Amino acid sequence: MISSETKKTFRLDGKEIPFREGQTVFDAAMAAGVYIPHLCHNPDFEPHSSCRLCTVIVNGRPFASCTQPAVAGQDVKSDTPELNEMRRTLTEMLFAEGNHYCPACEKSGNCRLQATAYALGLQDNQFPQFFPRREVDSSHPDIIFDRDRCILCGLCLRISRDVDKKSVFAMTDRGIGTTIVVDSPSGLLADSKVARTDEAVQHCPVGALMMKGEAYMVPIGRRRYDLRPINEDSVAEFQAREEALHG
Amino acid sequence: MAKKRKIATCSLAGCFGCHMSLLDIDERIIALLDLAEFDRSPINDIKEIRGMVDIGLIEGGVCNVENVHLLHHFREHCRVLVSVGECAITGGIPSMRNSLSLKACLEESYIRGVGVENAHIPDDPELPLLLDKVRPLHEVVHIDYRVPGCPPSADALWHVLSALVAGRDPHLPPALLKYD
Amino acid sequence: MWREEVPPAMDAVHAILETHERDPGELLQILIEVQHAYHYIPDAAVELVAEHLRVTRAHVRGVVGFYSFLSDRYLGEYVVYISDNITDRMQGSTGLATYLCNRLGVKLGETRADGRASVHFTSCTGMCDQGPAGIVNGLAVTRLTRQRMDVFAELINKRTPLPEWPREFFLVEDNFRRSDVMFRRPVEPGAALKAAMKRGDDEALKEIHFEEAVDPSSGLAWRRGADETLKELYRSDLRGRGGAGFKAAIKWETCRDISAPERYVVCNADEGEPGTFKDRVLLTTYADLVFEGMTICGYVVGSSRGVLYIRQEYWYLKPHLEAVLERRRTDNLLGRNILGTGFAFDIDIHWGAGAYIAGMETALIESVEGRRAKPRKRWPLPVVAGLNRRPTVVNNVETFADAAMVALKGGAWFAGHGTQHSAGTKLFCVSGDCERPGIYEYPFGVSVRELLRDCGGLDAQAVQISGPSGITISRLEFDRILAYEDLSTVGTCMIFGPQRDMFDAVRNFTQFFRHESCGLCTPCRVGTSLLSQLVEKVAAGKGSPVDVQEIERICQLLKSTAHCGLGQTVPNHLIDSLLKFRGDWDKRLVTTDFVPAFDLDAALHQARELTGRDDALAHL
Repeated sequence: MISSETKKTFRLDGKEIPFREGQTVFDAAMAAGVYIPHLCHNPDFEPHSSCRLCTVIVNGRPFASCTQPAVAGQDVKSDTPELNEMRRTLTEMLFAEGNHYCPACEKSGNCRLQATAYALGLQDNQFPQFFPRREVDSSHPDIIFDRDRCILCGLCLRISRDVDKKSVFAMTDRGIGTTIVVDSPSGLLADSKVARTDEAVQHCPVGALMMKGEAYMVPIGRRRYDLRPINEDSVAEFQAREEALHG
Repeated sequence: MAKKRKIATCSLAGCFGCHMSLLDIDERIIALLDLAEFDRSPINDIKEIRGMVDIGLIEGGVCNVENVHLLHHFREHCRVLVSVGECAITGGIPSMRNSLSLKACLEESYIRGVGVENAHIPDDPELPLLLDKVRPLHEVVHIDYRVPGCPPSADALWHVLSALVAGRDPHLPPALLKYD
Repeated sequence: MWREEVPPAMDAVHAILETHERDPGELLQILIEVQHAYHYIPDAAVELVAEHLRVTRAHVRGVVGFYSFLSDRYLGEYVVYISDNITDRMQGSTGLATYLCNRLGVKLGETRADGRASVHFTSCTGMCDQGPAGIVNGLAVTRLTRQRMDVFAELINKRTPLPEWPREFFLVEDNFRRSDVMFRRPVEPGAALKAAMKRGDDEALKEIHFEEAVDPSSGLAWRRGADETLKELYRSDLRGRGGAGFKAAIKWETCRDISAPERYVVCNADEGEPGTFKDRVLLTTYADLVFEGMTICGYVVGSSRGVLYIRQEYWYLKPHLEAVLERRRTDNLLGRNILGTGFAFDIDIHWGAGAYIAGMETALIESVEGRRAKPRKRWPLPVVAGLNRRPTVVNNVETFADAAMVALKGGAWFAGHGTQHSAGTKLFCVSGDCERPGIYEYPFGVSVRELLRDCGGLDAQAVQISGPSGITISRLEFDRILAYEDLSTVGTCMIFGPQRDMFDAVRNFTQFFRHESCGLCTPCRVGTSLLSQLVEKVAAGKGSPVDVQEIERICQLLKSTAHCGLGQTVPNHLIDSLLKFRGDWDKRLVTTDFVPAFDLDAALHQARELTGRDDALAHL
């Protein structure tokens, strides 16, 4: 076999993972059926590397796999007790800084934060709750924006800017006070250009941006991650996408 | 036969749903009683722990003075203390009042609310005074383990209890890990 | 609290917009000018600016919200900031702020009801050798005392315009205490640039006459000059003075070799690391050398545009810097046809607006482009795709000054100073408990002890090297050397005398990081808050060993998972302090049992007020 046909690979937790030129560690791993926990990343959109859950160790140093280019021969570790413990802690942090009331949340069962916490086996909550006071925006006829549940993944910003070309959302303030601001004179969704058909409002990983009137169409217990845990679901979804895009 | 483990339970700012779920372990309670006995618990109406117990199960968060005293009583008398359910672990539904001031909450209930007569904020010394915020248990005392769920399923509670009684780590398998 | 009753007239905003093109990259610069004109960013201005630049108002609000010196509420006619670095605190800044608030009858952080004034704390203003310091309506004030605060209050109450305030309040000194070979005296403007252009032409170099212009027809010699200067830079082994120590020549060459329609040269004068003030001194007394280094960089890499990104704390330097740039244009040292060679290069000044993170190079670039100073994804590096996604060299102020000296005197000369891995000299910013705080230039390799001896700080118990993100060293380590191979540093040396409680530094540093975290990544956004909460808990005497373990756990997480250098270095001072100054922690860890972080009895205060109860059962 001539060398140009040999697929390049890197080692992930001891397993050889093939990759295409330009692919990230994350994309190559998921395509090969290896789940790497993640929240702010959606492979259909530009990566953001902010949640840090997808951190892996590449040749001894930590990197966010969603933005780390795959390089032939590199040694990557992901499914280790230390990394999974860190991922649990990061997830715990996200639960503590917001107001995440799973029992009262319409997103329960479809929520990636919750499902990822399950996949990581997060049974602890050792941090003090921040109980932030955040504005809920129910002004829009079709969409509700509950900032209590926002994990600042930035997906709505990126999608509204890059796909819908509306830039309805932006971040303001900084640090622990960071919050999402809506582009309208009143700051309310009802006065903005957002529409229920916008891509930006379809991909919220948590229950921050939700459609009104659809919350309980699928009963709890029969929802996406009730039926299939997120580690299996993400990989299956990613592989289907790969199949459609690259055959 | 090994000495039976002692278990105590109580509900703070909760709805007793977690206790209902505990009763849902159904006939397994008989197996449990072979290994453990209940000390203070609403189940048997014993009001106070005497001596030490092995396992304390607490549902509900901390919203008032009485909760604080009872939580301290449990911490002092339980070798292992377990937060049971979302309210105990995060403050849960009662902590949704934390985004409002206590003043706003009490005025809405006792002064401005629909149908309020003889409007005044209750001040009877017998009523436990409210804390400014509802707190999860681990912000007030050290907590050893947590059983999430609203309520945790009977299976999850059974799993944790049987593990603790046997001295094992009460880690829940994926199928039993639920926050709602 | 003061409230906006009538929206202010927008004339000034219109005028500001007039002077800027419709370039969204100018957004931050425009907002800074609006803030200076109105002492806040009125809603109407947000609308106007957004419309003018064709960006969303949400974007504008996002930028306003990010920077400390931009505010969406009115801060008053007189806006006073007090520097909150640990060195300012050691000089009594906290008490001075309270004192001024009392004298003005205003609460810290709030605007007085008549709209006259507000007083705030701000991160280190870079005047640590002449503190306690602050900023009044954009201008630096130094050596604050109670007497000065009395005068402040009087001047403010009388509405005395700032130009009529006593000049000595605004006096900023260089305090250049020790010079070595690099910064003996300012070099003649143009000398280094001419040397660079003539390099490779041995005859010409032998007899440089600084007055003579380079022959414009010598295109080849010009190119050769660029290549030869890069070789000199390699020979010099000059490493970045911002702290990271990356080799300048590699950065320049990489930038040069990437095919692109434009390249940029960015000088990082954000100098946000608390305790650092060398760039301020360089830009005061050696501005020509810095600009010359940037110009030489432009010449070497093939760039025509340089940007000086400078922190707003140094706003008082604006007239000076603009005058230097203007003179250099007049002297043909900047502009379309530099020294008659056809080489075109010019430098813009971009101001920061209060954000430590903007010192991180990709965050700085975002800020230059007018956005929130949010660090970019790790790849591609700025040298590949930086400003406007073009190859960009970002170097520290001192690096550019050093590069100019390399061009002037050659790489071998430069490499002849310092140590094997740390060529040249370094400016050290000495502050804290010593007799002679200020700027000290030493060849790399000087020991901490020697520096302490020279500045009169030998009785120190600790020195914070390279700021809060750096390393805390104890007496046992004073023989360690300042160099990349041992104590790598941006040059900051904050000295703590034997009387100091090192835990106070920990509190100051954790509060600083909490305030300065950009909020992008989970571990830094939440972790800096949690760390600050835990440290405050320990400070309040409620800490137990469990809380220390928790601090260590979060530190480990930040080191491994934070997105950028800020988050990754947050833990350094905590880890050092716990290791080396454990005594100052242990005396506060009075309990072995868990204690709540909040006060249970105080949590009943509201309920007692509402019910009027004060019986025994109403307390915990």
